[in-house]
Formats: sequence, structure tokens, C-alpha cells
Amino acid sequence: MDNFLSLFETYDVAGAFWVNIQLTFWAAIWSFILGTILALMRISPIASLQWFGAAYVNIFRNTPLTVIIAFGILGLWGQLNVVLAEDFQLNFLRLAILGLSIYHAAFVCEAIRSGVNTVPLGQAEAARAIGLSFLPAARLVILPQALRGAVAPLGNVLIALTKNSTVAFAGSVVESSNLMKQMIEFQGDLVIPIFFVFAMGFVIIVVPIGLLTTWLSRKLAVAR
Amino acid sequence: MTSDFEANSSASAAPSAQTPLVLLKNVNKHFGELHVLQDINLEVARGEVVVVIGPSGSGKSTLCRAINRLETIDDGEIRIDGVELPAEGKALAKLRADVGMVFQSFNLFAHKSILENVTLGPIKVKGMKSGPAKELAMSLLKRVGVDNQAQKLPAQLSGGQQQRVAIARALAMQPKVMLFDEPTSALDPEMINEVLDAMVTLAKEGMTMIVVTHEMGFARKAADRVIFMADGQIVEEATPEEFFTNPQSPRAKDFLGKILAH
Repeated sequence: MDNFLSLFETYDVAGAFWVNIQLTFWAAIWSFILGTILALMRISPIASLQWFGAAYVNIFRNTPLTVIIAFGILGLWGQLNVVLAEDFQLNFLRLAILGLSIYHAAFVCEAIRSGVNTVPLGQAEAARAIGLSFLPAARLVILPQALRGAVAPLGNVLIALTKNSTVAFAGSVVESSNLMKQMIEFQGDLVIPIFFVFAMGFVIIVVPIGLLTTWLSRKLAVAR
Repeated sequence: MTSDFEANSSASAAPSAQTPLVLLKNVNKHFGELHVLQDINLEVARGEVVVVIGPSGSGKSTLCRAINRLETIDDGEIRIDGVELPAEGKALAKLRADVGMVFQSFNLFAHKSILENVTLGPIKVKGMKSGPAKELAMSLLKRVGVDNQAQKLPAQLSGGQQQRVAIARALAMQPKVMLFDEPTSALDPEMINEVLDAMVTLAKEGMTMIVVTHEMGFARKAADRVIFMADGQIVEEATPEEFFTNPQSPRAKDFLGKILAH
């Protein structure tokens, strides 16, 4: 027991989880922005934009996240010398955020599109009939309703993103799963408790997200 | 460029009683195999109220929706106030602002209040300030008798009230012509009259209207002309009096026989 408790003094478990929260937070923001733009492309009347949106989603949704994150550090940084920060660790963190954002944007796009499907076609027709062109109609009429309908699927993407932030390990980011591996290497006798701690850590982060999005999706539902 | 020029010239020759406000010339449309609009020719003059009737599937809704390009057409031409309907983009949006549309299913913006539904177009399309837009909206809502519901959401209103708001929303754009696509078909019977009354008032005020409806009473009361469509064609055109008392084609006789029997 003493051995187990001393782990928390030797290793900064909370700090490692904080890295996952940072990864999740920034990747959530960027993937939401990128995903919204992609969703707009997919529902736009312009064929080439539709094509691009569909191609993006099909490529990145079907690529393993580990490959994307590893490409960030080995390809972008190692080969192409893309530097997102002078500080070594911060650079890796940002490359991982980039990879997570690019990957999850595909899922955000599809979640928003499922929200668009909850908006009756008549809403878009009414918007067009009063003289709104595509972008204003999307911004003022379609997206506000679509996002309310997409809260639950967006919540699922956020939950997946939170857990997928551990893949940043493949991009040399010292986050929780990276720390877990270190701890297991040096405290092989405590494998089970260590696993348990990290698993519980994620449960504690993820459960509130699920509760919050379920509550929000009810509260924000559009009455028809 | 051409359409701009034409728009200007028709505006400068303002009381051009000769140019029909709405003109359809040899309009054709297919849904796959189905030829829904067959060589449609139609002229609607300024201030005229035209009622389009016919059995379901006759193409009357498609005709109505084609006039502001919610449905595209395969060939032929449609002109609003002398200007041919643009294909897409800003020019089309601008032209649609001049054509008011009232739908069967109301289609009020579900996430916006009644007042916001009416002010959205004037503010975002016409660039009106929010103060004057609200005044305009309230006066229009008052005209259709729902000004006391202005702060509610559409789902809190009855169907009849929602449809009257939809009329106010279309009027807020100060359109040249109003299209009604079966405006009372989704309403409970006791709410039909409140909507028809608003439409009759509008017709009496001189609004140009194209109304697809099954309400024969409205046609008799407010229409200048009745158009009978069947199988994608305009079969008969007459004054309401003439059409209802003395239909010419067997198709129209059959249709009237069925709906007037009870």
C-alpha cells in the first residue's frame, strides 16, 4: 500500500492527466471549427466543395489515428521541419493537437451533418424564399437548429476525442498513457493498481461530459 | 449584365401595364419519367389574383415552386417583372426577396420567436435597422391578428396562427407577388377561415397573388381567374364564375363533380 501511495509522490499523475485535458480542449476547438467548415462544404450547392468535404471525411475517418499522430512527429516535424513551437515539448504537444484535430474534424463533420438531417427541408426553403443566399441561410437558420440536434453525437465525438488523446503518446507527448508506461516499467509489481488508476482517471473525466451533453441535448432541443 | 440592364429598364418604365408581372413561357419539367409540367404558358398581370386548382399530382405545386426556383425547370423561361429567373447565387436570392412564398407546412423558423421570424428578412436581406424592422413586423403581425404572440416560439402557436405569421413574414419583404402553395391544406378545419380571411384582405388590397388551393370558396370570393391543371397541363382558364358554373373540358367537369358533390 505504501509502495502504491508513494507512486503519486514520485510521478506527477495529475500533471499527466492535465496534458490530456489540454490536448482534448484544443483539439475539440480546432476540430469543431474545421468540422463545421467541412459540414458546410458537404451541404453546399457547389459540387467541387461537396466533393472535397466528402473526400476529406472518407480519407481521415478511415485512417488510424496512430498513423496520423506518428506522421505529425516523423513526417511533419522530422522530415518536413514543421515547427509549431520553439520549446521541444510544446512543439510535440501542438503537433499532436494538430493530428487529433484533423482526425476528429471528420467525425465532427458527420455529427453536424446528422444534425442537419434533423432540420426539415422546409426550413431551408423558407430561408431561401425570403431571399437569403446559402451562407446566410446556413448561418442564421440551418446551423443553429442543426447544432442543437447534433449535441448528442457531438458529445460522443468529444468522449472519443478525450480517450483518443492518449494516442498523443505515439507523438512523444508526455501525457497519461506515456506516464503509465513509465510507471509500469519501474514498478512492475504494481501493474494492476496502476492500470486501475489511469482507467478511473478517464472515467472521472468522461462521465461528466456524457451527463452534460445528454442534459444539453434535451435543454436545447428545438420544439417543432 | 443583361439581367441588370433589363431590371433597370423595367423599373424606369414603371407603370408598364404591358409587362406581365409573372410570365411563364413553354415551361417543361420532368421528375424522372414523369412529365410534371408540360409546355406551361401563363401570364399574371399586376394586381391579379390567380387561383390554381386541380387534382393531386397535376403539377400545380411544382408550378408554384418553380416561380421562385425552389424547383428548377428543364426548359422554357420564367420572368418576374420582365427579369428572367437567374440560375443561382446572389441574383437569384435578390429576385426571391421580391417573391413572397407561403408554404403548406408554414415553415416558420423553429428556433426563432414570431417577431424574429418576421424581422429576419428585412434585417438580413434588406439591411433594415432593427428598430424600423420591428415596427414593420409588429404592424404586419397586427394586420394578420397575431401581434399578441410576438414573443412566443412557433411551436407554441396553433396552425392557423403560424400560417398567418408566415404570411406576415413574406409581406415583410414587400414582395411584388405572393405565392401560396396549398396554404390551408395542413390546417384543422376551424382554422382555415382565419387564414383565408387574411388572404382575401390581401387580395382586396391589390396584391398580386398566385394561389394553389382546394378552397373553392376562396376562388369564388377573391380570384380574378381560375386555372385548372391536370396531368402537368393547364387544361382550362376562366373567371371563377364561368369555371364553376360552366366548365368546358371533361376533365374539369369530372373534377368539379367529385369535389362539389357533397
